[in-house]
Amino acid sequence: MNIDLSLMPVTLDVVHVGLGALSLLLLIIVAVVTIVAMSKSPSNEEQSAPPVQSEESVVKPDLLKETTPEAALQLLMLLQQEARLIDFIHEDLTGFSDSDVGAAARVVHEGSKKVLQQVFTFASIRSEDEESKVTLVKGFNASENRLTGNVTGEAPFTGMLIHKGWRVSKVLLPQLAKEHDVYVVAPAEVEL
Amino acid sequence: MKYSIGIDLGTTNSVISYVELGDNDAQNAQDEPVTGLLEIAQLTSAGNVEKKKQLPSFLYLPHESEITEAETALPWGAQTDKITGILARELGAKTPIRLVSSAKSWLSHGGVDRKSNFLPLNSPEEVATVSPLQASMDYLSHLKHAWDNEFPEASFNEQEVIITIPASFDPAARDLTAEAARSVGVRHLTLLEEPQAAVYSWVKSMGDNWRDQVSVGDVILVVDIGGGTTDLSLVAVTEEDGNLILNRIAVGDHILLGGDNMDLALAYQVRAKLAKEGKNLQPWQIQALTHGCRSAKEKMLIDPALDAVPLVVPSRGSKLLGATLRSELTRAEIEQTLVNGFFPETSITEHPVEKPRAALTQIGLPYAQDAGITRHIAGFLSKQAGAADSLGFDSHDEFIKPSAILFNGGALKAPMLANRLLSIINGWLTGAGANEARLLDGADLDLAVAKGAAYFGYVKKGNGVRIRGGLASAYYIGVESSMPAVPGMDAPIEAFCLAPFGMEEGTEAEVSDREFGLIVGQPVRFKFFGSTVRRDDVSGTLLDFWSPEELEELPEIQANLTAEGRKDGEVVPVRLAAKVTEIGTLMVEAIPREGDQRWQVEFDVRD
Repeated sequence: MNIDLSLMPVTLDVVHVGLGALSLLLLIIVAVVTIVAMSKSPSNEEQSAPPVQSEESVVKPDLLKETTPEAALQLLMLLQQEARLIDFIHEDLTGFSDSDVGAAARVVHEGSKKVLQQVFTFASIRSEDEESKVTLVKGFNASENRLTGNVTGEAPFTGMLIHKGWRVSKVLLPQLAKEHDVYVVAPAEVEL
Repeated sequence: MKYSIGIDLGTTNSVISYVELGDNDAQNAQDEPVTGLLEIAQLTSAGNVEKKKQLPSFLYLPHESEITEAETALPWGAQTDKITGILARELGAKTPIRLVSSAKSWLSHGGVDRKSNFLPLNSPEEVATVSPLQASMDYLSHLKHAWDNEFPEASFNEQEVIITIPASFDPAARDLTAEAARSVGVRHLTLLEEPQAAVYSWVKSMGDNWRDQVSVGDVILVVDIGGGTTDLSLVAVTEEDGNLILNRIAVGDHILLGGDNMDLALAYQVRAKLAKEGKNLQPWQIQALTHGCRSAKEKMLIDPALDAVPLVVPSRGSKLLGATLRSELTRAEIEQTLVNGFFPETSITEHPVEKPRAALTQIGLPYAQDAGITRHIAGFLSKQAGAADSLGFDSHDEFIKPSAILFNGGALKAPMLANRLLSIINGWLTGAGANEARLLDGADLDLAVAKGAAYFGYVKKGNGVRIRGGLASAYYIGVESSMPAVPGMDAPIEAFCLAPFGMEEGTEAEVSDREFGLIVGQPVRFKFFGSTVRRDDVSGTLLDFWSPEELEELPEIQANLTAEGRKDGEVVPVRLAAKVTEIGTLMVEAIPREGDQRWQVEFDVRD
């Protein structure tokens, strides 16, 4: 029996929709963290270059930072507005047919795609094909390349590229009015 | 001034583009000027400001408790009573009674007073209303602020500003557009016809190669299908002292038919399909469906492998599952509605069918009754059969035969529609024994008008080829003939030519000897006519007969003699003189026999 692994499922079932939604959610969380990190990075550099402290110093350097929720809430607002993400995640899928879930999934997928394309510019970290051999020379960027499996010895490391990685090269969030309440991610709507 | 700013003030979207003018001395002909597109800051939702390439031409007049001042903050200040752009469109989708749209179509509608406040149409009394002129000013003012915010060192008012208008705009609509620009503070203004802007954009994108793409004797048909209008023009290529010259020789009628009509047609088709399944849609669902149809259409027209695109209309409440409406748009439906509906396979002799409208029609925009764009093009080519005769292009045919075609406008981005239109036109050409027309490629169909307009500002400074045009219509006033009166019959009207066809910007027509009696203190109205086909009448020509398709009656014009030094009721003999301003507007003045006073004749008059 031949199994073509490159085939994509043609119909949507609940499991895949669920998986899709979950991966989307994870992607968003990662994205939010990324923006927050990026928006913080300049001040981070300033913090990371304090005068060298002696070992005996009692004052511990501040290695962690608090993130501001503004950008995260703004992104959430966009995802609700365009993709109805908050509505979707709050629904209980049990009892609904696959076609109902599928119809809703299209709303979420189309809208999220639009938001992500608008806000972020993505680029692969590695240009090689996945499942091909790659070599990491000495001094490679460890935050861009994660080593897994039989991690021993010294660089250069040669291994199989499992995932190409993603890097956000540009973030373009809308500017906010100073007094805008970002905690309102979707206003109640009253039709007169 | 540092920049030439091109503004495509569209029916549904406005775009702003610029070309750096540089110093004339240092300008090297080989140097490509710096060009760009202004990203326009605008509210995308309450309290959120984003920069976009297009500013949707929508104006929303919010209720005082609808949105707080803080949430309408733009980089240049808050706008509480009027919102323009994306947020206006979004709010208006849910509250149409407060939304002004298609202001540009109203601006060119001779049946209404374009300076009176009546938009949004049929809104409740307490909603503040604006005039089509005011709405245009508001869009321009937004664009101006966006520019000044981006280029604080080069004030908008001080730059060379080119605003594009449909080639079919009448003198009143041109005047009003110029007035809107003046009132936001523009000091160096020129109006440019949109199909011409598309040609400039094409010339710019070809660089020096454009001369290899066309040759003497070519007639280029420009088909510009925008969101709200379809605009047609013919450009002939001639030669003078070894240089190629572009001449705009004809423009089409004002056709209110565009891409928006196509999306709506698709939505109604899907609605009918859903109605058969027993699902009746509410107005908000139709709006969402129209949105969905637009993106489904774009996907399917670009990807020939797609046979159907699902459409979903999400519920309005927080429950998404089970309440979301589902349907699909199939390729067969797209072909039926768009291809056969808007681009029917017709012959060159089939022209648009305009049925007389029922007597009691609501006030509204004069949308084209015949959606067949091919029939409109056939009508135009037939009407303009002799357009190139004066250039020595012999035709002697039933219709003028273009040898090249330039497309513009978002609707023609779809290869399926563009190819269909091209093959129909080529069918007419080969059927008449002519060669097929070739497609002039390489223009960006969405942004070409704004880009071409900015480039025109650069051309005006003496860089590159300029399209010759002048007035695309001859203008006449109606005078009662001196024939003896016949009881029960109106006195026959004769048409007196004021401005001849092709009159260039910055020139004055000869003042004719004919005098008209104007009564001091009383406005006097004249019937006013335009003709896009009578090319040989000079100013002063008097017509006592014309066929209905030759002369089109335009809204009346009015001369108002103020009393200054004269008694009320006194009859003053005046002569009328027409000129075309540098801006590109027509001006008619009444000149009394004595004295050096001049009164301007107004185009936009209503009771």
